[in-house]
Amino acid sequence: MTHLKSSLLAALLGATSVGLAAPAMAADLRIALQSDADVLDPDQSRTFVGRIVYTALCDKLVDITPDLEIIPQLATGWSWSDDGTALTMTLREGVVFHDGTPFDAQAVADNITRSQTMEASRRKSELKSIASTEVLGSHEIKLNLTAPDATLLAQLADRAGMMVSPTAATAAGADFGLNPVCSGPFAFGERVAQDRIVLNKFADYWNADQIHFDSVTYLPIPDTTVRLANLQSGDIDMLERLAATDLAQAKSDDGIQVESAISLGYQGITFNINNGEKGDNPWGNDKRLRQALSYAIDREAINQVVFDGAFAAGNQPVPPNSPWYNSNHPVPARDLDKARALLAEAGYPDGIDLEVQVPNTTVPLQLMQVVQAMAAEAGINITITSKEFATLLADQSAGDYQASQIGWSGRVDPDGNNHQFVTTNGGINDSEYSNADVDRLMNAARASNDIAERKASYDAARDILNEDLPRMMIYHQTWIWALDDSIKGFVPYPDGMIRLEGMMKDE
Amino acid sequence: MLPFILRRIVIAIPTIILISMFVFALQKLLPGDPILAMAGEERDPEVLEFLREKYRLNDPIPVQYITWVGNALTGDLGISLRTSQPVMELIGQKLPVTIQLAVMAMCFALLIGIPAGILSAVKKGTITDYIANIVALSGLSIPNFWLGIMLILLVSVKWQLLPASGYVPLSEDPLKSITTMIMPAFVLGTALAATLMRHTRSAMLEVLTADYIRTARAKGVLEKRVVLKHAFRNALTPIVTLTALLFGELVAGAVLTEQIFTIPGFGKLVVDAVFNRDYAVVQGIVLVTAIGFILMNLLADVLYVLLNPRLRGQ
Repeated sequence: MTHLKSSLLAALLGATSVGLAAPAMAADLRIALQSDADVLDPDQSRTFVGRIVYTALCDKLVDITPDLEIIPQLATGWSWSDDGTALTMTLREGVVFHDGTPFDAQAVADNITRSQTMEASRRKSELKSIASTEVLGSHEIKLNLTAPDATLLAQLADRAGMMVSPTAATAAGADFGLNPVCSGPFAFGERVAQDRIVLNKFADYWNADQIHFDSVTYLPIPDTTVRLANLQSGDIDMLERLAATDLAQAKSDDGIQVESAISLGYQGITFNINNGEKGDNPWGNDKRLRQALSYAIDREAINQVVFDGAFAAGNQPVPPNSPWYNSNHPVPARDLDKARALLAEAGYPDGIDLEVQVPNTTVPLQLMQVVQAMAAEAGINITITSKEFATLLADQSAGDYQASQIGWSGRVDPDGNNHQFVTTNGGINDSEYSNADVDRLMNAARASNDIAERKASYDAARDILNEDLPRMMIYHQTWIWALDDSIKGFVPYPDGMIRLEGMMKDE
Repeated sequence: MLPFILRRIVIAIPTIILISMFVFALQKLLPGDPILAMAGEERDPEVLEFLREKYRLNDPIPVQYITWVGNALTGDLGISLRTSQPVMELIGQKLPVTIQLAVMAMCFALLIGIPAGILSAVKKGTITDYIANIVALSGLSIPNFWLGIMLILLVSVKWQLLPASGYVPLSEDPLKSITTMIMPAFVLGTALAATLMRHTRSAMLEVLTADYIRTARAKGVLEKRVVLKHAFRNALTPIVTLTALLFGELVAGAVLTEQIFTIPGFGKLVVDAVFNRDYAVVQGIVLVTAIGFILMNLLADVLYVLLNPRLRGQ
């Protein structure tokens, strides 16, 4: 009898433990962000962390793979007209927005109109090439372009392609961001500024099988040490942008896994070539000086010293692992003799001064101090002027600078890292650099849908730009994520986003 | 008493007006364009111009000021440039958080500072006095952020006793709310504890040499009673006023503490607002802080009069 009792008990216990061991639906995924997101309206938003939140909240027409290929999301297929001025998209059926509004071709048309015409929209320039939309069927739409635009699909893979509920958008107007309604895997729950953004699983999501969390909470924690401490103490499940200096500590912790991906952006020095009176200086007028500085610095050593070797040295607007990188111009090795020779050739055998403005935060200052020391050995005396970021941007835009330490977060399509910076009157061409050949090549690359043809244009432009150096790239940031060991299925993407499909937590 | 309070309130009004003008002017003197700071990487000139118009940044500064004051008088402090939330709502969310932090920090400060001060005054010149003084000096000298990070690493990461950071509203879960707030409140309280200890010590030393204390001792009153009942009560007056004034310091200290422990309070709000040139938020916070500071001063004056009957006739 006793025997029977104990075996029954054992069987019961066994059943219970099996029940417990089955992959339970983890309640909440807690993600620490480096800062708080801005307004949660894809059309008005401008922060990187905001985009991380949208990845869970708002589906886009198309998405990217880690290798930057465009793949379906809300659009299941697309085709270009022969002349490249019309894009026809087939849309996913059975999709609804979080408020129950069905997603169809008319919704896409409404979204594009909103992005293009809402006064506060930040997406106008990204969708400028769309002249009109034509609803061909309930789930088929045609976008008519003013001119061929190879960058459009990449734009539709980001905020410009995020679909918001037309019903909610019309009702809320510019206040939409206080209570956003999209069609992503999670719906908006609540937001307490600077504290948390909570999203709840959307039961009617078209790909709900791939979502293994009931909710996701984003917590802004600005201090990197505190972010890591929160992960170590188990208060959060994962964090984005671990500081390179904290990498060793995170890796030595058995309970933490680290993932990384080289970003799409770059950091470097932008020179004032022709922007106002200050552009008329030796550094703006003589490319040999800019080349001398480029040879004077050791990019790999900078990566080791400032970033513990975690980032990637670079010399182009795209990182060396990008399919768009021009391998004919590899990252140059340091060559002090060449640097001195170029200075002498330009008429400064005894050295020359250079004033560089730098954002007044730790990393840019450390970077410039190392550059300063390296350049001094070639005879370039760098003065570092540190400025608060808003001031630095304003001065750079107004031409009140000689050289500026600045970077760019990067875009999926190489056009975003190039065109607006180097074409005549480009939107962010703070150098006021102008070269007819570069203009022509950049416009050609934008107009063609043929990848090989585009690559040839960018390569030809790079031949000129690596010679002229209006922007001198130094390194590419690496996105580093630290995750609790129990989190599985995270895939690092070069755009730094956190895609929740397939992610789960082992209990 | 009432006329006294009313008189003080009337005097406070011009002070608040001057502060608001000063802050308004100061912000406009800051270099950097708020709209450019807002725009970040996307700089569409058309949008920038629309935003400048929307937030009335093209108006002359005096006009901007008058518009703001006019709205403020009706309880409208504008909307945040960054998140589009009304400033009033943001302040309403954040103020209770910082008040909770400040009150808890003050509890720590009082619980540590006053007993330590009394002890070191009574045991003047002994080893206890020296230890209390060294501890107080350390409390004043150790930077907030260092102590905060050390505590997080030790208490949260190593011992896993308290949450590393964050905030739980008191209304949601009182116990959890208080446990998450213990470390930040302690960090913020230590510096104040040191100040309070020093003041308690000197006030007690002064009182302890008074004639009536000698008389009490001569009558054979127990030493414990002499210290706590006769001496401490009289030493309390300056300490109470000091405590009220220190609340202002707490709000300033909270800026750093909230940043380290990621507490969504006033301090964090103001830091983010300054960096993003979120004018409306900065102005709103400064106005509310100034009013709070003036109220605390008023409270200190009233308490002073209440505790010291000799001042009542004046």
